[in-house]
Amino acid sequence: MGLLLNFLIFPGFLFSAIIGLFASWIDRKVTARIQWRIGPPWYQNFIDLIKLLGKETIIPRGNKFTFLFAPLGGVISITLVATILGKLLINPTQSVLGDLIVVLYLLIIPALAMILGGSSSGNPLASVGVSREMKLVLAYEFPFILSVLTMVIKAGNTIRLGQIITYQMDYGSGVGSLSGMLAFVVAVLCMQAKLGLVPFDISEAEQEIISGVFIEYSGFLLAMFKLMKSMLLYIMPLFLISLYWAENIGIYSLIGKYVFLLVIIILIKNTSPRLRVDQALRFFWGPVTLLASLAVILAMLGR
Amino acid sequence: MSLKLKALTKSLWVFHLCIGGSCNNCDIEILDLLTPRYDVERFGIMLVGSIRHADVLLITGSLTYKSAVRAKRLYEQMPKPGVVVAVGSCALGRGIFKDGYNTPCPLDELIPVDLYIPGCPPKPEAMIAGIVKLVEKVKGKR
Repeated sequence: MGLLLNFLIFPGFLFSAIIGLFASWIDRKVTARIQWRIGPPWYQNFIDLIKLLGKETIIPRGNKFTFLFAPLGGVISITLVATILGKLLINPTQSVLGDLIVVLYLLIIPALAMILGGSSSGNPLASVGVSREMKLVLAYEFPFILSVLTMVIKAGNTIRLGQIITYQMDYGSGVGSLSGMLAFVVAVLCMQAKLGLVPFDISEAEQEIISGVFIEYSGFLLAMFKLMKSMLLYIMPLFLISLYWAENIGIYSLIGKYVFLLVIIILIKNTSPRLRVDQALRFFWGPVTLLASLAVILAMLGR
Repeated sequence: MSLKLKALTKSLWVFHLCIGGSCNNCDIEILDLLTPRYDVERFGIMLVGSIRHADVLLITGSLTYKSAVRAKRLYEQMPKPGVVVAVGSCALGRGIFKDGYNTPCPLDELIPVDLYIPGCPPKPEAMIAGIVKLVEKVKGKR
């Protein structure tokens, strides 16, 4: 019963959905201010969601089951991550063995959901988006895992997320050291790609492949995808904070760090053009992987 | 008025379609609405790329034989409830292409149009006034 409540309400679905939608509003508002506009009111994303829930849902020919299940699967996996992370940040000692690996796997599922949903819609533009998303996943996942590995090595070869947090509470946060700093930079870049924001919004490029993987989605299912994206905007910075920057996880300190990361994300989003998929691949497998490997080596040397 | 329609009036996602013969000046004026001077995102109005995401099908230009089929198909693909907005003289009544050999009919003889914004091209203020009237119509009618 308590677990169900955790999953549905407090660190889980409802809480992360509200925070995520609010964070998406901050994104839109800051973007508008940067472009010298006024921007939407704070409840705009909630209204968008309610409106989409009330609209007709059109299901194209093709694989109906995957088309219906993909957005729901994405939301469920993100909710699981939100529950695990939220419970851990409240009490880092209740960590189970290997929860870091579970979280890493669950964080890939939104991208997989986009790939499955897009390809089951049978739209040619969606299939272009799907192929780009697949290449992007291949590109950013490797340096991301390497940067996570840095913290695993630093915290004494542990794959408990809670132990990494308690290690940082005892010996200072990961960003304080050289290897942690490098890994953090790599992780921020990978986060931008995971969120599908501007330099890496290749799979849903509005102007060239008209929102790519989402092109056939409407109504309730589109609302689920929008919700998934918003919740990811809450989960990814939180995951990075708990991995690299967790020497103090009081509520105000968490909020401050979260807003700082959100501002970095929004600034990167607003000041860079979209890369082509081959440029993104070269970027992630070239300099970013090099940086991440350097971080791993430094962590092994104890820096 | 139900919550569904209330939310719809506060968050109109627009799919912009320029069909067939026109000078594209209406399109330029529509893009003005999104610039810092008018900024309709304040009211939740956004341009979207796919008709499946749209609540408003915004049409400029006069129909041609070829584009009439496409316009009708796009109207059928739009998830309901949705509205159709015709902008500019060409979309309203074919404009200067009235006697053209390839312009079969005004737009509202093909698909039901909810809002007419006349002008050649209409000013952005006129379009905002039109949107306000449309919202009032949605509120009053249902």
